[in-house]
Amino acid sequence: MSRREEHPLAAQQASRITYTLESSLDSVNKVEQTAEQMAQKAGVDEDELFKITMAVREAAVNAVLHGNAYDPEKRITATFENTGDSLVIRIIDQGKGLDPATLPDPLAPENLLRGSGRGIFLMRSFMDEVNFKQLHPGTELTLIKHLEGPKQTASKEELQ
Amino acid sequence: MTMKVSTRQVDGVTILDLSGRITLGEGSVQLRDAVRDLLAKGQKHILLNLGDVNYIDSSGIGELVSAYTTARNQGGELKLLNLTKKVHDLLQITKLYTVFDVKDDEASAISSFSK
Repeated sequence: MSRREEHPLAAQQASRITYTLESSLDSVNKVEQTAEQMAQKAGVDEDELFKITMAVREAAVNAVLHGNAYDPEKRITATFENTGDSLVIRIIDQGKGLDPATLPDPLAPENLLRGSGRGIFLMRSFMDEVNFKQLHPGTELTLIKHLEGPKQTASKEELQ
Repeated sequence: MTMKVSTRQVDGVTILDLSGRITLGEGSVQLRDAVRDLLAKGQKHILLNLGDVNYIDSSGIGELVSAYTTARNQGGELKLLNLTKKVHDLLQITKLYTVFDVKDDEASAISSFSK
């Protein structure tokens, strides 16, 4: 618990935070942990927490491994925002770009036994929206999870 | 954070008890090396006990698939034991649940290997 309190997200009340990180596995872990803390703070249940954390991890792996290819000269930028209605996680890499339409379907029978290619599928399975934008060079990947429950009830009451 | 692997032999079956995370850069490589070592030693009946695996990412899923196909291509058999709900659900949505032979009881898993 004390580690969580030391984290910038907890220390800083603002609902948006941005990190610029090296293309490394440490960065993947940091992005994953930040997403986990953000989702915990937003009060999502354990099942949703796992889905969000995993989707964001996959996005970070995508940026570091497939985008920047571990290039020490390249950075990833990860932005985490709780808009009140949604958690929005945006990850930008400096790689050569990615067209998700060209990726093989990991559920196709001929692809089931492949050792890779499931990351984007999992992101799409676990988040409400997954959007790719080509930056020439680089890719911006935005993951959105709509928040449910008390926050929506509160906003309805505010409207009345 | 990292994965731990321990190995047991029961009735000609090698059981790998895995615990922790199977993810890129952490458990994936350990899993690959462990399975390759067993196959190289001619231990071709492999049961992966995933009961204490609390997290797996797409890299880890890919590694399970690779372990399965590597064993099969070398005339071996690789089965999964004691999936947690998270791993079970992941294998369901990736349509891999029916690809793997998944067991929930160690004794019956061991006796299911062709000997």
